[in-house]
Amino acid sequence: MSEAVSSFNTDDIKILAKCCERCWHSPERPCPDLINCLTSGPTCHNDPACNERAQSRTKTARREKLDRPVIFIGTGTCGLGAGAGKTLAAIREHVQKQNLDVDIVEVGCIGLCTAEPMVDIQLPGRTRVSFAKITSDKVPALIDTVLANKIVFEDLVAQFRDEKLTPYEGVIFQDQHPFFAQQTRCVLVNCGIIDPNNIDEYIARGGFCALAMALRKQTPEDIRNTVFDSGLRGRGGGGFPTGQKWKLAAQENSDQKYLVCNADEGDPGAFMNRAEIEGDPYRLLEGMAIAAYAIGASKAYIYIRAEYPLAVKRLIKAIATAKANGLLGHNILDSGFSLDIVIKKGAGAFVCGEETALIHSIEGRRGMPRPRPPYPAVKGLFGKPTIINNVETFYNIPTIIERGAAWFKAIGTGNSTGTKVFALSGKITRTGLAEVAFGISMRDVIFTIGGGVLNNKNFKAVQVGGPSGACIPSQHLDLTIDYDSMKTVGAMMGSGGLVVMDENTCMIDVAKFFMDFIGRESCGKCIPCREGTRRLLEILTQITQGRRTEKNADALLRFQGVVLLERLASVIKDTSLCALGQTAPNPVLSTLRYFRDEYEAHIFERRCPAHVCPELLNYTIDSEACVGCGVCIKACPADAIIGAPKQVHEINQDKCVACGSCLEVCRLNAVIAA
Amino acid sequence: MSETTTKFINTKSVAALRPELAVILQRHANARREHLIPILQDVQEAEGYLSQDAIVAIAKHLKLPASKVFGVATFYNQFRFQAHGRFHIQVCRGTACHVKGSASVLAALCRVLKITPGQTSRDGLFSLEVVACIGACGLAPVISVNGEFHAGVAPDKVASIVQSYRRKIA
Repeated sequence: MSEAVSSFNTDDIKILAKCCERCWHSPERPCPDLINCLTSGPTCHNDPACNERAQSRTKTARREKLDRPVIFIGTGTCGLGAGAGKTLAAIREHVQKQNLDVDIVEVGCIGLCTAEPMVDIQLPGRTRVSFAKITSDKVPALIDTVLANKIVFEDLVAQFRDEKLTPYEGVIFQDQHPFFAQQTRCVLVNCGIIDPNNIDEYIARGGFCALAMALRKQTPEDIRNTVFDSGLRGRGGGGFPTGQKWKLAAQENSDQKYLVCNADEGDPGAFMNRAEIEGDPYRLLEGMAIAAYAIGASKAYIYIRAEYPLAVKRLIKAIATAKANGLLGHNILDSGFSLDIVIKKGAGAFVCGEETALIHSIEGRRGMPRPRPPYPAVKGLFGKPTIINNVETFYNIPTIIERGAAWFKAIGTGNSTGTKVFALSGKITRTGLAEVAFGISMRDVIFTIGGGVLNNKNFKAVQVGGPSGACIPSQHLDLTIDYDSMKTVGAMMGSGGLVVMDENTCMIDVAKFFMDFIGRESCGKCIPCREGTRRLLEILTQITQGRRTEKNADALLRFQGVVLLERLASVIKDTSLCALGQTAPNPVLSTLRYFRDEYEAHIFERRCPAHVCPELLNYTIDSEACVGCGVCIKACPADAIIGAPKQVHEINQDKCVACGSCLEVCRLNAVIAA
Repeated sequence: MSETTTKFINTKSVAALRPELAVILQRHANARREHLIPILQDVQEAEGYLSQDAIVAIAKHLKLPASKVFGVATFYNQFRFQAHGRFHIQVCRGTACHVKGSASVLAALCRVLKITPGQTSRDGLFSLEVVACIGACGLAPVISVNGEFHAGVAPDKVASIVQSYRRKIA
């Protein structure tokens, strides 16, 4: 990551600065009314000048009152991947060269990954407008036109809605944009809007209010009851009621209890936790502080993937800043409650998402699960009661405490309350993060929010919940999304990754991909998971192979595997030790359930209908269409294509590795795959 | 701890402890078992990989058998036991990347670099690694070179990406 990304200076802390000498707040002796005083006032010494100053600071941090234009740029990992680093450098250069009086603010990711790098511009008194795909070459033109009070309509996404500011005419509002229209943003409310490094902006937008309220006005039991009544369920995948879990830990008598945040998001296809932490790290700290207070923990761990360096960096900064302002650490806001948060970097093991494995990993051992009970809530980290929650679960806590259980319960459906963040990826037009209330249909998420299948291809399936999940075919697209409805189609919520697949995706190849993944990531402790998934992979590989040498009993063995595939999958499901093994056969079972015809084509006809499995593909050249341009000859890695210039080419079947390079490069559609 | 291991530690590695390693171990004074993974991460970050000497020294520091330390280190994907190339290429093989064709990107990289995943090219310039998911699924397929992301990589773009890094050192 470039240095520019981490630009942060402590001078930025304006809100938390003392208003006058009469303010006695300090981290050593925190003021219990600090947050209240900063955001809503009045100050304890009730000085009109101080009140006004506080309000003006809040307004500035909320960017309601601007004295110069602000340029926002999304610099989350996905933004940087799309080139936001270069865009940022170009903006800085242009601003310096033209000697412009503007602020440049780095924000997190708003969720619309396909539009990255995204740049927002807000002029004093006007609404904030977003522009998509601003590569470095477009920067000077964009800034010059917008600062001249004109809006470039190409690349325009939407303007933010704000009653206090003058909107632009003829520009759609963000809540009218198809990607945002159906979203309910509670968890992601600050992502992509605020500067994640700036605690002032978080406080100005209501941050830490819930913590202050919880510590001052509520007992830990009140909070546990509120969370229990809200019906919040774990967002990591299991869906266990959070309030119930907290109550279990509260019942335990122990000198030390621990709170752990599971930020070891390893599901391929899910990246919401990374974006949440990168975009709004203080909210995680606030949610964790409330949770720790509710269960009586004084030490908390954040177990985060080392593959997310930017998220780790922002968290380290956030913890240090919060601590320096009396919002974490010893005697938070003079309530007598203390909390230390320690970051533990994961070392790259998928199984560590399982809570007992995660505990072993924090303890410095191999991340292997152990049988439960005893549950971690009774006997967890270092043998003490431990509560483990997912990042997104914590992000819901501040809003629940602030607005109450009834408010939260009103969102979503009966057994699944609130919202869920989904990561849209794969063959979908608009990839990114969408936060929706439970009860929305899968079709709305994919076709309205996501904009449908890429390149107008046919929709085939959507893979939900990573390796523990399943593929949902088109006939179940009208399924409303909640924890229970997912189970009726053999899937599970998982962490919320949605990978869309089109007609060019082979479902056996997908099942094979997941078995390969699980086989590598299995910890190896229990046999069904270690050996079973390997055998599943073997059988699937045999199915996707051509007729090699079938000597003696080869064909018989292949068929034996095919016959036993389903039985093996269910045995693994029933006998594995942890959730990783218990859900490992799901990709196989669900593809068998919904795409049996594709399995049959592979097994009986040795044909891959989606044209993916190389060994079952036969590439030929259509002699009518070929003009002998030679493009395919250059592209072929195996030198399998022969033919003189301007003569019809031919593929040598013995040499062909069926990589499909020729098919990709041929502009005349002369290459036929069958 | 067996007698031979103890002897091995005392005579060889501690005497030859590299200064960076000593600094890291000093930073983790009074470390317990729970600090093992952070120590391994720090050592790998400083030295690029975990050498045999480093593992033995860490084991002694934590008063653990070297086999336990090695057992933990081999369990996790992050740790490696040989040095990387100057440019370390990570190919994301997450579901979204897979669906969008990362397998052929990987094949193209193998072809261009003439190495397989886990290897380092003979000139020591490039090393190749397959990772489970980088977490930039919206931009699939993704590869990362020394932490710098390349989004939407197609097999035919691979050669020019590799070339751009070759040019950097020329």
